[in-house]
Amino acid sequence: MNITTIIFILLSVMALGSAIMMITSKSPVHSVLWLIIVFFAISGHYILLNAQFLAIVNIIVYAGAIMVLFLFVVMLMNLNAETEPIKNYRLQLVGVVSGCSLLLIIIMALNRLDVENVVEMKVGDGGLIKVLGMTLFKNYVLPFEISSVLFLSAMIGAVVIGKKDMIADKK
Amino acid sequence: MLLTVDLALLLEKLILVIVVVFTSLGIAMYTTFAERKVAAILQDRRGPNRAGPFGLLQPLADGMKLFFKEEIIPNFSSKFLFILGPALAMLTACMTSAVIPWGDKVELFGRTISLQIADVNIGVLYVFGVVSLGVYGIMIGAWASNNKFSLMGGLRAASQIISYELAMGISLIALLMITGTLSLKEMVVQQQHGYWNIVLQPLGFLIFLVCAFAECNRTPFDLPEAENELIGGYHTEYSSMKLGFYLFSEYINMFVSSVVMATLFFGGYDVPWFDESTLAPNIAAIIGVTALMIKVVAFIFLFMWVRWTIPRFRYDQLMHLGWRILIPLALFNMLATGGVILYFNK
Repeated sequence: MNITTIIFILLSVMALGSAIMMITSKSPVHSVLWLIIVFFAISGHYILLNAQFLAIVNIIVYAGAIMVLFLFVVMLMNLNAETEPIKNYRLQLVGVVSGCSLLLIIIMALNRLDVENVVEMKVGDGGLIKVLGMTLFKNYVLPFEISSVLFLSAMIGAVVIGKKDMIADKK
Repeated sequence: MLLTVDLALLLEKLILVIVVVFTSLGIAMYTTFAERKVAAILQDRRGPNRAGPFGLLQPLADGMKLFFKEEIIPNFSSKFLFILGPALAMLTACMTSAVIPWGDKVELFGRTISLQIADVNIGVLYVFGVVSLGVYGIMIGAWASNNKFSLMGGLRAASQIISYELAMGISLIALLMITGTLSLKEMVVQQQHGYWNIVLQPLGFLIFLVCAFAECNRTPFDLPEAENELIGGYHTEYSSMKLGFYLFSEYINMFVSSVVMATLFFGGYDVPWFDESTLAPNIAAIIGVTALMIKVVAFIFLFMWVRWTIPRFRYDQLMHLGWRILIPLALFNMLATGGVILYFNK
């Protein structure tokens, strides 16, 4: 067992443990904080795979921006156990069924995997920014541009929804 | 084994880390003193002059006082998070210095030592990532205080930092389009051989500067603490050294963002109109570090000058400036830079 394997196992334990803590903790704020730790562990995995750019972008976008917004909303709404709506039986059933089917899909996907070589360290340089940029803008220009248009339309949609409330308030 | 590291290299980096962190702390300590002196000069007062010659021991006295003060943790707050808040603020403030090139290289005991802790190929993004994490210290502390004013301060800090990060990122993109590298070291080398980036990106620098003020929560953007409406904002409930950590991390942030601005836009350790490569490497390194420090001190003075000159913004003015002025300006700057690059490359 070399150092990279040990680091891999540590990071995986960290990721899975924090993910479980995120689901089980009562306070929404604690959940958000656990989720941030999950993102850090995943970024650690990216670094092990020599994908530094992905690792840092994961931190900037997820840990640095999206989770701050999550935390913002959770703090602003001041969610507590008392104010939490009681989910009815049907909703819980739907949750269990969809969760189980997702688990099934993941297990089926893992089944085909070559278990001996799950941990491949520092293979290739596909995650470095130069290679990534070349691949994105040479081989995948169209999907890249289409997804950016999708983002733009989502942004405009968000602004429109926000504005609609403001206009309704004025009336 | 993949992560086999040379023991001497490890030791060398460890010493460098210790030196850099302690230098930042020391400079931040005397920045608090300088702030009070500059404020005094700008307001035609004398400032602190009792502790030691010219009041030079004042920061030590302040630190001692904070350590000996009674520590109060509010009853209904989450104790772990309450302690985690200031610790995180301090940690993120100290982390940025890892990728900054403080000088070129020195030769000691037959080894060539690079004066940069880690020359990662994503240097600028690392800085940006740490900056974006900086808000957690404030938000967690504010929420854990279980106090309305603290929470207001924390929410203000979060929305302000997220808003200004956007403009900062876009102004950085324009800079990166010119340099074509994310490594801070390579950027400095480029500036040594060509123009400083301030010449090529004046608008980008201006946007970056304003955003840096906002990210450090410095006046005119110190709404998260706004003492006359929020009684101190996110650190209302804090006392003794935990309060000290919050206040101190602001000064470290100020120092680090001055270093980043000097490196990105003002040539880092480069001395203008002077070729260091003809000198012995050690002398060149000393000159380089001195040059960087002079630039940094100038920036820190600018931070203070602005603080004691411009009054605090109103909250809607802050958001207006961020979203309606800085982001469109940054976008325009990015487009114009791209156009110019495209035109000259043809």
